[in-house]
Amino acid sequence: MTHTTPGGPLQGIVVVELAAELTAYTGKLLVDLGASVTLVEPAEGSPLRRYEPFLGDRPDPDRSLWWWHYQASKSSVTADLDTADGVARLQQLLAGADVVVEAERPGSLARRGIDETALRAANPRLLWVSISSHGAADPRSQQPSTDLTVLAEAGPVWSCGYDDHALPPVRGGGGQAGNVAAHYAVMSLLVALLAREERGHGQRIDVNAYAAANVTTEFASYTWLVAGETVQRQTGRHAAPRPTLPTQVEAADGRWVNTGPPRRGADFVALAEWLGQLGVADEFDEFVLLQMGAELEHIGMDQMEADDLVGEIFAAGRAAMFFLAGKLSAYDLFVGLQERGMPAGIIYSPDEVAADPHFVARGWVRPVEHPELGRPVGYAGAPITFPATPARPLRPAPRLSDRQ
Amino acid sequence: MGDGALGHLRICDFTGQLAGAGATKFLAAFGAEVIRIEDPVTGGRWDILRGAPPFKDERRGPEFGSGYNNHNVNKLGITLNLRTERGKELLAELVRRSDAVTENFAAGVLERWGFGFERLRELRPDIVYVSNCGFGQVGPYGRFKSWGPIAQAVSGLTFASGLPGRPPAGWGYSYMDHTGGYYMAMAILAALFWRARTGEGQWVDLSCTEAGAALHGPALLDADVNGRPMRRAGSPHSNRNAWPAMAPHGVYPTAGDDDWVAISVVDDEAWAAFAAFVGQDWATGARWAERSARLAGQDELDGRVAAWTAGYDRFALAEALRSRGIAAAPVQRPAERIDGDRSTAAWGLWPTVVHDAIGSVRVDGLPVHLSETDWVIDRGAPLLGQHNEEVYGELLGLSTAEIGALHQNGVI
Repeated sequence: MTHTTPGGPLQGIVVVELAAELTAYTGKLLVDLGASVTLVEPAEGSPLRRYEPFLGDRPDPDRSLWWWHYQASKSSVTADLDTADGVARLQQLLAGADVVVEAERPGSLARRGIDETALRAANPRLLWVSISSHGAADPRSQQPSTDLTVLAEAGPVWSCGYDDHALPPVRGGGGQAGNVAAHYAVMSLLVALLAREERGHGQRIDVNAYAAANVTTEFASYTWLVAGETVQRQTGRHAAPRPTLPTQVEAADGRWVNTGPPRRGADFVALAEWLGQLGVADEFDEFVLLQMGAELEHIGMDQMEADDLVGEIFAAGRAAMFFLAGKLSAYDLFVGLQERGMPAGIIYSPDEVAADPHFVARGWVRPVEHPELGRPVGYAGAPITFPATPARPLRPAPRLSDRQ
Repeated sequence: MGDGALGHLRICDFTGQLAGAGATKFLAAFGAEVIRIEDPVTGGRWDILRGAPPFKDERRGPEFGSGYNNHNVNKLGITLNLRTERGKELLAELVRRSDAVTENFAAGVLERWGFGFERLRELRPDIVYVSNCGFGQVGPYGRFKSWGPIAQAVSGLTFASGLPGRPPAGWGYSYMDHTGGYYMAMAILAALFWRARTGEGQWVDLSCTEAGAALHGPALLDADVNGRPMRRAGSPHSNRNAWPAMAPHGVYPTAGDDDWVAISVVDDEAWAAFAAFVGQDWATGARWAERSARLAGQDELDGRVAAWTAGYDRFALAEALRSRGIAAAPVQRPAERIDGDRSTAAWGLWPTVVHDAIGSVRVDGLPVHLSETDWVIDRGAPLLGQHNEEVYGELLGLSTAEIGALHQNGVI
């Protein structure tokens, strides 16, 4: 690199965020990209400050760890949008902003005298990002919804859960409906920023969280769109129109590993040798099939459909991985498979990731000084690192008393 | 170059699968000229989706994988054999005319072909290069293999999806292939924006696993600050909601086979409305009126709610709850959200494209609309080498005879 300019690729871009659950991650990603983000909160503080978990489990608007994570490095101003003063303050902020991000119920800003058309006329370069649960025109955006209800309606929940369908389908954790909407909001905003460089003026971007989750269901959507088939959920693996073999295995230490399919002759050789090294080859009944797998160059999905023996060899490769799981810790199985060229992943809890040697070596966790604790706290790392424009260190989220 | 917000940009694109191809699909939908490069020797099979199900009809083979079509709409497709010196020369010419080079090979593949970042920068000093692999190129796992389910596992997403006392349920699809593609698109666009303002290119080395781990931020803080790991008795229970805490909050059975409704009672006011609608003694009494009582007794409360929902049609029940200010939704099957819910088609979420082998087929659209420079998805994915004439002829200026010779010599 010839030189670096700290601050991220969006440094100098001024963002005003009307604090809401559906704007929080968009604003955070923009912070991580280097933008200056200012939250707008009512006088009593945003309701998001009351989201669990709390520092020491003591509810307090400055102790919400949810708030800490999503609002780090943002500034905050007080503006009650139900008052003329608050509206005037917002108008003043937007006159000097590049971007506004809001997730108010469609129409509610206009009812409070905040005229988007006039504001964009006053600041033609303004990019107006509006996020809603179902799109601005859909009546469901006027009704309450949550992460769970959006993901249930949009498809992700149908595809996740267990082989046993007496158990309810499962929502993936972590507020992913908001996250998917945020991903599309930021991608679209970047398109609009590039277009502004060419065309000189801003525009409005409508982001629909329900639609975003709908087109983030991979195989489930296009299997219906193309083949008219419906996928069925399975434990720890892709939902599919017809049952597939398990991929997730419990290791000897009670933790789980996701394994990939054995595909190459070399994979079968490596599995056979590994069993030999551990002195357990005799205990594995399908050892001879592993040796037959060594003769194959590559197993494609179409070959398995066409040839029963190839399918049996494939199943024996998987069985060998599962057999090894009974002898090894999850970490040793994960690294052992990967070092032998086979894809696998240890199933960490989110907080365990921070201690993994690879993440430690890459310096992923971001330490943030917290005077109230007298020590730095480990925050999730930035999802993208830009070598020409590295991100600045995070600052703690704005406290109630920090607001301007 | 073409119309659209990104009509001034050309992407030299080696991506594949969903984690890479999804990123450049987004760019192509906004008018970027995405030239997808595939290997003629293996018939493009590096991207296993080329020949993978689902299929529209009985036809099989590398031109019929509909996942490939879904993720590569609006792109141009060329073949190029980088084992040949002439192939490398042609790639150099293409890089000189491109704004960005994108790939999601295993770490180091492009470098071994002689096109690492230093070489790319020689060819085009302001080039943006975005590589995307499971673990990033640097670090102990730099050579490890990955795809969606593995990135999900290692990043914490799989663990955080499940019911207590059971194995991880995980994600029933490659959430991190979609999401890795989203971050890759952000990386390309943000680096191009920096270039537009400064003239500087750069190499962004994206790690899908890192991007995934960033999606559970509060859990890291809860573990660090409160010493409370997510791996503990009764946790996770991802159909419940602890941050913010709500109850009842879950997926409950309804009338029908494998039919379910999701209900979130967000506060005491919503509970009062819910209890009044239920109208049964267990609900209308004082027992559950306070949020703290509902949170403390969630197992019992969920049992009550599940017994009550079991007799209802999930669509009618969700509608009735919503009209009373209670967040609720049916768990929808693909057919129900794609064809049954007309709002998705009205949004334009399932555009129809014509693929030259598969024929007319619907694909995933985009969940955004831009008022001035909206997206358009109107062409199917390219056949293998479909745009060789156009790219080698019109862009690189080769004659028809020269292009014919490249074919004959196995260069394209």
